Amino acid sequence: MKFRILNVATAAIAAMCTVAGVAFADTKVGMITTLSGGGAGLGIDVRDGFMLAIKQSGRSDIEVVVADDQRKPDVAVQLADKMIQSEKVDVLTGIIWSNLAMAVVPSVTAQGKFYISPNAGPSALAGKGCHPNYFNAAWQNDNLHEAAGAYANSAGYTNSFILAPNYPAGKDSLTGYKRFFEGGIASELYTKLGQTDYAAEIAQIRASEADSVFFFLPGGMGIAFLKQYSDSGVDIPVIGPAFSFDQGILQAVGEAALGVVNTSQWSKDIDNPTNAAFVESFQAEYGRLPSLYASQGFDAANLLISALDKAEVGDADAFRDALKAAEFDSTRGDFEFGDNHHPIQTIYAREVIKEGDIFTNKIIGIAFENHSDAYAPECEM
Amino acid sequence: MSFALIAEQILNGVQFGIMLFLMAAGLTLIFGVMGLINLAHGSLFMVGAFAAAAVAGATGSFLLALLAALTAAAIAGALVELVVIRRLYGKDHLDQVLATFALILIFSEGTRWLFGSFPLYLSIPSYLSGPISLPGGIEYSLYRTALIAAGLVIALGLGLMITRTRIGVQVRAGENDREMIAALGIDISKLYTLIFALGAALAGLAGALVGAIQSVQVGMGEPVLILAFVVIVIGGIGSIKGALIGSILVGLTDTLGSVFLPQALRLVMDASSATAVGSSIASMAIYILMGVVLIWRPTGLFGARF
Amino acid sequence: MIKERHLNMALIVVCVVIPVWAHLADEPFIITLMTRAAIFALAAVGLNIALGLGGLVSLGHAAFFGLGGYAMGISAFHAQTFTPVAEWPFLIEGTKSMPAIWLISVAVSAFAATIVGILSLRTSGVYFIMITLAFGQMFFYFSISWPTYGGEDGLSVYVRNGFPGLNTLDPIQFFMICFAILVAALALASRLARSPFGLALNAARQAPQRVETVGLDPNRLKLVAFVISGAMTGLAGALFADLNRFVSPAMFSWQLSGEIMVFVIIGGVGRLFGPVAGALVFVTLEHLLGGFSEFWHVHLGVLLLLVVLFGRGGLIGMICGREGSHD
Repeated sequence: MKFRILNVATAAIAAMCTVAGVAFADTKVGMITTLSGGGAGLGIDVRDGFMLAIKQSGRSDIEVVVADDQRKPDVAVQLADKMIQSEKVDVLTGIIWSNLAMAVVPSVTAQGKFYISPNAGPSALAGKGCHPNYFNAAWQNDNLHEAAGAYANSAGYTNSFILAPNYPAGKDSLTGYKRFFEGGIASELYTKLGQTDYAAEIAQIRASEADSVFFFLPGGMGIAFLKQYSDSGVDIPVIGPAFSFDQGILQAVGEAALGVVNTSQWSKDIDNPTNAAFVESFQAEYGRLPSLYASQGFDAANLLISALDKAEVGDADAFRDALKAAEFDSTRGDFEFGDNHHPIQTIYAREVIKEGDIFTNKIIGIAFENHSDAYAPECEM
Repeated sequence: MSFALIAEQILNGVQFGIMLFLMAAGLTLIFGVMGLINLAHGSLFMVGAFAAAAVAGATGSFLLALLAALTAAAIAGALVELVVIRRLYGKDHLDQVLATFALILIFSEGTRWLFGSFPLYLSIPSYLSGPISLPGGIEYSLYRTALIAAGLVIALGLGLMITRTRIGVQVRAGENDREMIAALGIDISKLYTLIFALGAALAGLAGALVGAIQSVQVGMGEPVLILAFVVIVIGGIGSIKGALIGSILVGLTDTLGSVFLPQALRLVMDASSATAVGSSIASMAIYILMGVVLIWRPTGLFGARF
Repeated sequence: MIKERHLNMALIVVCVVIPVWAHLADEPFIITLMTRAAIFALAAVGLNIALGLGGLVSLGHAAFFGLGGYAMGISAFHAQTFTPVAEWPFLIEGTKSMPAIWLISVAVSAFAATIVGILSLRTSGVYFIMITLAFGQMFFYFSISWPTYGGEDGLSVYVRNGFPGLNTLDPIQFFMICFAILVAALALASRLARSPFGLALNAARQAPQRVETVGLDPNRLKLVAFVISGAMTGLAGALFADLNRFVSPAMFSWQLSGEIMVFVIIGGVGRLFGPVAGALVFVTLEHLLGGFSEFWHVHLGVLLLLVVLFGRGGLIGMICGREGSHD
């Protein structure tokens, strides 16, 4: 019995070797992203954007292996091991959350593989922990918060009430806002991660003397906060990063989000041919408007394709230079990579509007032009 | 800190507690009558919220949405009772934990399969939105005031049902001696289905009411479920009164702790680390409360039997 | 019916043959999967001491798993940044030596299990389930909001900790370490079940009054079982952290407590090798189902439901019949 099992196994391995032999010249991309459980919407958008770009490129020599990390760091680490050890991928991408990225990226790059981030940009990977094989196609985590601070200055606010969940990304966000906001801070609040009732915080906002509220509450937390805030009758204007005003969740927030200003490096109405074509084809393919995350997945794939046009992954130095050049038509318009391989780009201020029955965003101004990140100087590369 | 702000925070704590009560009441009834621990109670909370969001989206009526939440959760509860839970009464708690844990997995991914991965929209009706002025110069959300009132009415109704009606008599009898009421010729399986559906309906209603001011998404029930457990441990299993008092205690502790701890710590350290440390401790406040109650009264405040 | 002893032997053989074959066939990922299964099995062997032997349905064992993990993470973090863990009241240095880290994680989780145990054992039955669950959540929230060691982001350890004389970065060698510990834990659990302590504990579970009349304190027996159980799960946490080279609050999540319990139940409660069978099946399912369906949790849920409703005694019970448990 045991021998038979071994025989079957040997046959299976032989078959796998043959397949690998035929597919020798192909580039294999491993995508680890969140497709089940809470937060699956973000991963699905990144995946759909990425696959759309691969499809439009018409290249059949790029094979993408997609796997679901369930938003669990240990599963993500295990998937990365699997993709490198048994699938033999050349490039990894897809991770949504900073904590998962911190668990996976250092070991991936240490093994000589490339990683292109379509979303998470933790400060450690932009500063001291930067790596020649790590590229971030979206933003450094602080960027959109810094932009919110800059926008608050230009809007003439002088006293902000700021709040975020009590976890590292939350702290980074408030630090990012304060880095550029020149006014005073009325109060600084850390809420529980996953908190859904913000009555206590809103009461404090009401009692404060602030002229503006900055908040970073991703996912369901932001929906809850905005609904309760608009119902409370407090009319101090609110600003935030794009995460709580993204296409995916805006419909769930509804009227409560109307008129709120948020900052983003991408918007559906950025006026360039690539973006117009992307929005149209995404809608045609999937039957919904693309989100920020979809645009980031789309850009990450096009960045990869542009590099593959110039060099093979096997030639690591040439491939790295090709990635660094970022010569492709991004949906956000032109941007370039800084020395730490994070984007130097324009960040817009958008306002939530209603188009027919659908809530969406409209650009109302520019918060930053050619904005880099605060950690680049710490990167020795 | 002004009087109005403190009063508003106390109201917030009470309102949070009342919503917890709707969850805890069902759990404690189900445990008291059938001796069953139901981890999937949070899933029924979620079912209520999703049903409400779907119906509100289709009809635009908040009252119909609430009705849908009650009905959907009650039907889901009855079905679950008939298909799965019924087979668990004779088994030990371990099997109940496992089976209801399995139900959570099925409900959560099933809902995601039906409704997709994005949160749904459910909002406060226009006639309940905005703030109202309460005596003492307090501005408070009308909807939250309505939640408190509705919760208190339901608590009163449950209390009356337990003490005054025929079903209540059966429930109390069942809590004291399960074999006895079967011997008295009461159709016990019908009673069990009824109680389970009632508990489910309460959870579904809570889901819909809370869903209007929070986010309707998969997995929204589990954090509430764990808080409801804390409430029951504090209040005592099987006691509706215990559930009400436990809920309000937990609601107040959580709300006031997260507001006042960081501020109190600011007196002894700088603002930024006071916020960080204060929030860290505040996140554990209700569990510390639970520990203290346990040391003082191991069966909870109103749990006489064990 | 197959004898349980034979099935156990077969399980051990499977645990050795598959990784060795994978090593020879150059399939390191399969070794990684087997290591994961071995570590989960160790955690579940730990839980099974409380659950099967002591009848304590703990839904908060992730707390000990996480504490073990953080004991490893914090020790290694200080060693890799060359900062002391504490300078007061006396100097404590970080370490990257596995045996030292194992000792620390066992000590830390045993201490926590003592405190949680003393409080939780004031109650029993369904109270106990809810209280352990709640304490588990308390650790979870604290680890998220405590900023020093990364909070929700967790801690990365860049190089796996060392074991004298072995190269722990080689998958097969690390697997062998975990497997050796699992075997030792199984031997301990088996000795424990047959020792006077184990017999008294078994009696305390079935008829506490009788134990009391012999002059033994049933709660004290249960507490000791709970502490041993927590310590073993803590050790598994330290190994799990080393496998992933990463710790995060996810190790404290209540779903993980549920999953550890699932390993025990799928395999068979109170069966010595139940946790091993359960962990093997779970990891295989996770790998196979997770590969082809986004909604694999539904399949897992249905399977679990079927085992609970119709498969009393878990897999081992189904294969070997009801007799001869605890051997």
